[in-house]
Amino acid sequence: MKIARYLATAAAVAVLATGARAECTFENDVPVSISAAGFAAWNAVTAAMQECGNVTVELSQDFQEKQATGMAARPSLYTMGGVANSSMVPLLNAGLIRPLDDLVARYGQHLSPQQLIRVDGQIMAIAMMVNAQHLMYRSDIFADLGLEVPTDYDQLIAAAQVIRDAGVVDYPFGAPWSTTWLIFADIYLGYGGSFFADGFQPAVNNETGLATLARMAELTEYMDPEYLVSDSTYVQQQLQNGRVAMANLWASRAGAMNDAAESKVVGLVEFASAPASGPGTLPAATLWWDGVVIARNVTDAEAEAAFRVAMEGLDTEMANANPEAAIWIIPGFEPGPIAAGAAATAQNGALPYPASTHMGLMQQAIADNIGAFLTSGMAAEATLAQIEADYLESAREAGILQ
Amino acid sequence: MRLRTFFWFVGPSVALMLIFIAAPLVSVFVQSFYVTSPVLETVERETCAPGFLGEVCTTQTVTRPLLDADGRVVTETEFVGLQAYRSVLELDRTRAALADWDLQALLQIDFWKALRFTLVFTFVTLPIMLAVGLGLALAVNTVTERVKGPAIFLTLLPFIITPVIGALSIRWLFIGDGILTALIEWWLQRDVALFAQAWTIEILMMFYRIWHVAPFAFVVFYAALQTVNRDTLESALIDGANRWQRLRYVIIPHLAPLIVFLSLIHLMDSYRVFEEIVGFSAESHVISLQWITYDYLTPDDAGNRSISRASASAMLTMIGIVILLIWPLRRTWADYSRRET
Repeated sequence: MKIARYLATAAAVAVLATGARAECTFENDVPVSISAAGFAAWNAVTAAMQECGNVTVELSQDFQEKQATGMAARPSLYTMGGVANSSMVPLLNAGLIRPLDDLVARYGQHLSPQQLIRVDGQIMAIAMMVNAQHLMYRSDIFADLGLEVPTDYDQLIAAAQVIRDAGVVDYPFGAPWSTTWLIFADIYLGYGGSFFADGFQPAVNNETGLATLARMAELTEYMDPEYLVSDSTYVQQQLQNGRVAMANLWASRAGAMNDAAESKVVGLVEFASAPASGPGTLPAATLWWDGVVIARNVTDAEAEAAFRVAMEGLDTEMANANPEAAIWIIPGFEPGPIAAGAAATAQNGALPYPASTHMGLMQQAIADNIGAFLTSGMAAEATLAQIEADYLESAREAGILQ
Repeated sequence: MRLRTFFWFVGPSVALMLIFIAAPLVSVFVQSFYVTSPVLETVERETCAPGFLGEVCTTQTVTRPLLDADGRVVTETEFVGLQAYRSVLELDRTRAALADWDLQALLQIDFWKALRFTLVFTFVTLPIMLAVGLGLALAVNTVTERVKGPAIFLTLLPFIITPVIGALSIRWLFIGDGILTALIEWWLQRDVALFAQAWTIEILMMFYRIWHVAPFAFVVFYAALQTVNRDTLESALIDGANRWQRLRYVIIPHLAPLIVFLSLIHLMDSYRVFEEIVGFSAESHVISLQWITYDYLTPDDAGNRSISRASASAMLTMIGIVILLIWPLRRTWADYSRRET
């Protein structure tokens, strides 16, 4: 299903690309390559890059592993990488990507300041899109039942109860819980929690952690019982097929709701801020971005060609030709109504995802233990204690703690 | 055969086995006693990133590996003895669970949880695989010559399909309101969610494995059925043995060494159950020993991986396989020794 859609998107993009063959402003004669994730936005960007010629594209779900090993080779196997805020961290730490300040000065004057990802003052990546979880809801069901759009999870659960009693959909609420660590992190950060204390010591075994777990357990009551195997695509399809009435899902999935080819609810889904974790707290969502980095272990000529190709991939024509593929932050692109929910989420104070090496270990520890809490009756305190113990174990192995 | 000739015959395969099996095994064994980690420094890092409404700058205390003059990450390797094994087995937690006779707490520890499933999976699928394979072989053996070819082809089909693809197909048939789940729901007139709890996923995984490996048992049994001694069968018939007695006293003894052989292969294969976990994305509900090794090896979002614990877990899996194989291997050994004399 997923693959079929990728192919369809790729084909659609290819058609657009051939139509706009002459769009590239220069003829690229230096072979460059890019490794990135395989979703609609990267399909669109890399297709636009290929108009310049001599661009090899490798899109896959395992891009992170490929980039880490490929860019460590000398010379690097990839000239460019497509990264998100979390997947940039290992490349940055290992010194595998180069600062882009001089290239931005020469070829990137048109970029908006928002797009320049600065680490300690140096530009390390060029962002192209932003993403966040937001609330997607069926406006028709809400109108029929006289419901207000929920702003926090208490209200959401109350609304879910009404929707369930009315029996209009299979399950009132959906969310991609196959990545339980992200759900936990979103709610935990929404409550204002912090994952670490005294540097890198774990600090989730506290009131906020308990509240987060309680919230998760509460939400499962209103979700498809197969929630632990539900990924973003699955939830998106549930919403498209009218099986759920609300979802806290990626903003990048909003465009698919109005795609008549696969959605039965065209025009019926509206977007609002992600619900707050509790009354008066921050939204249970985090801000993410995707963008392009350039490898350190390539020649300056290759880096220059790669940057110019990247600028073609991230230009206004590309964004305007693919308005539903992502919330582009490319100058000259006006985000449509699908960006409203994500913008509201940011407005309400959602934080950027705190990606780092130690957060990566924490994520893993959370992912490994939440399943036991949700399915085999592990107590909340024991779960949090175990998350901390697992984190300590791997932090010691990674050399972060002694 | 002269020793020299024998050496030239087996030499290449021994050499390949040393290079591709023994050497990696030794390397994994050694790595399980060492931890290699980058030398880290702690720095304040300011990151400015887009936040819909404008730039958001955050300052974070992070660790960063030291890079040498050549731009490579500096690592240090430390001998840690059995630390990785202790960590995989979570001995303290295990001891506490055992002291309280708390089976549930024990089965929440990854290793024991995985071992429980791996053993159940192995020993439930083994007899069913043998029975289905033998049943298919007997059935195909009795159909008329004309349909034999197509029947053999159809029976072999599941064996040809790539395991991950096979697992994914079954997953899609059953997940959510997949075709077969919808059928079951219609038949039982109630809501069914097969991916909502561990036991249903386990049954699906075992079903898939049997579907996938039974054809192998079928091929082996079917070939052996062609060599059953006709005279013995006929004399059994004359002695008044019925179908069941012929199967029990003539055919099965003839197949006995093959049953041991198939069990051997199956124990080795299914103790390493892995594709099913990935194909069914079952890891939140059920995990296997091999999956634990994979989990340690897979880098997380920040690129961390636990080579040391992965090695320890791989060694533990191998020890488990060796223990399981002792019985069938001794049996085969005894068989051959008897034949020699």
